[in-house]
Amino acid sequence: MELLQGKTWKFGADVDTDAIIPARYLNTSDPAELAKHCMEDADPAFPARVKPGDVIVAGKNFGCGSSREHAPIAIKAAGVSCVIAKTFARIFYRNAFNIGLPIFESPEAAEGISEGDVVTVDAGTGTITNNTTGKKYRATPVPPFMQQIIAAGGLINYVAERMKK
Amino acid sequence: MPMTITEKILAAHAGKEQVVPGELINARVDFVLGNDITAPVAIKEFEKIGVPDVFDRERVTLVPDHFTPNKDIKSAEQAMLVKQFSKKHNLANYFEVGRMGIEHCLLPEQGLVGPGDLVTGADSHTCTYGALGAFSTGVGSTDLAAAMALGETWLKVPESIKFEFAGVLKPWVGGKDLILYTIGDIGVDGALYQAMEFTGPAIENLSMDGRFTMCNMAIEAGGKNGIIAPDEITRTYVEGRCKRSYQFYQSDPDAKYDKVIHYDASRIEPQVAFPHLPENSRPVSEAGNVEIDQVVIGSCTNGRIEDLREAAKLLQGRKVHKNVRMVIFPGTQEIYLQALREGLIEIFVESGGAVSTPTCGPCLGGHMGILAKGERAVATTNRNFVGRMGHPESEVYLANPAVAAASAILGRIAGPGEVE
Repeated sequence: MELLQGKTWKFGADVDTDAIIPARYLNTSDPAELAKHCMEDADPAFPARVKPGDVIVAGKNFGCGSSREHAPIAIKAAGVSCVIAKTFARIFYRNAFNIGLPIFESPEAAEGISEGDVVTVDAGTGTITNNTTGKKYRATPVPPFMQQIIAAGGLINYVAERMKK
Repeated sequence: MPMTITEKILAAHAGKEQVVPGELINARVDFVLGNDITAPVAIKEFEKIGVPDVFDRERVTLVPDHFTPNKDIKSAEQAMLVKQFSKKHNLANYFEVGRMGIEHCLLPEQGLVGPGDLVTGADSHTCTYGALGAFSTGVGSTDLAAAMALGETWLKVPESIKFEFAGVLKPWVGGKDLILYTIGDIGVDGALYQAMEFTGPAIENLSMDGRFTMCNMAIEAGGKNGIIAPDEITRTYVEGRCKRSYQFYQSDPDAKYDKVIHYDASRIEPQVAFPHLPENSRPVSEAGNVEIDQVVIGSCTNGRIEDLREAAKLLQGRKVHKNVRMVIFPGTQEIYLQALREGLIEIFVESGGAVSTPTCGPCLGGHMGILAKGERAVATTNRNFVGRMGHPESEVYLANPAVAAASAILGRIAGPGEVE
């Protein structure tokens, strides 16, 4: 499995899906359009300054609120390689797996990583390394069934394979 | 082994004798839904699966309710996709503007969802139908696409929290206040991944509309579903209305809960949730002097006939404050017509309010009541996040319809007792 590496952007607790992608932009589902407004209401500078590979680090309940899949789509299309949070809201959690945005639950990493640190995440083992401080963290393991979804390349591929059988 | 109502419904749909919290199941879905924002993404994903048809044309409904009547060209194109897909797959139910209502008011009203059902919907407030004694939860567009193809979905059986509401409610206190109070107590992730089961005498005496309001906001505490055991009030609502057979499930008396939380509902006052989280609730008497610019009455949370009656009771013979615009959104055309026949619409218009056709519009900052920088609204909706109703520097205060009406009259956040 791949190594994800980038500079971190830190956000607080309860980042809601309206902050990730405000509904005023939901008259399209074009990922590139959504990316232009990603995290805009939480940090107006984010869409212009985020670099490919960058990592979002946040507190508890990341992605609470609406079921809009546009939220993980916007994050992925903005080039963010993964999201690390203390906990994730449940619909966002499912959506991220379904569309192939890697997410990692680790209260320790969410606390210990500072804005601007460079981190490397081993998606296979769930090991998070803070290259800036040298500290290592372990993400909560992903349930085996969800690993099958990831291995199939997302829920749709998984379902399409099942329908063929 | 004893089970909760949530576990029983999940077990029945997974073809199992019993399920336990934490277990992953494949469950049959009775009904799935999406809307004009989530369905276009689901349609794109559905087409990638490569199946010719949805699993059952009677059990899939896409409701164009968010940015409709179409607010701009892009929204019109999204609504058109929904319409074309509904036609192509000959879906039994498609609701064009004029027949359309806010999905979570519309589907129970039309008898498309009922007690004992397992429903998933690409809208977070799908948890509303738990009020009927159904297991109902919000999912994303890709999950909707998979369920449209398979007629089933994978779910993790949630732990349940039991909320027991004792006592008799004070005047002007309803489902909205009970749920805002609960979220204020446990926080916006207080029920993360869990089932919220609402029980006790105050719930048994709560009307169907009040129950819908409570279950609607389970998601605002992070809940997977909200649920209320069906009883005679439920039976009266669903009899002659439900288009499919339904089943009443009850929790076993010795079912296991992660925790049981007791509230004395007779002590709960009308609540107001301050910006920018629904957990920031406090009694309206402690709101202080907060001047407002807009009042929104409606939404999937509080757009039902009882909500409109409650607002009308206070607005009758009174005027909306000169500094305030009040916009009212009946949840469905049927509710609109009922309100018209009861004279409620006349009361609203005479008081100086604007009455709209059903739409989710302002609740999510879509259209029909967007806030400018620095403006404040009292809304009977469900979320008060940053920028939820417009400018990132605007503010939304969540309340019940009576508090919203009283606030509209006085131009500041006010309790119903201040205008009575």
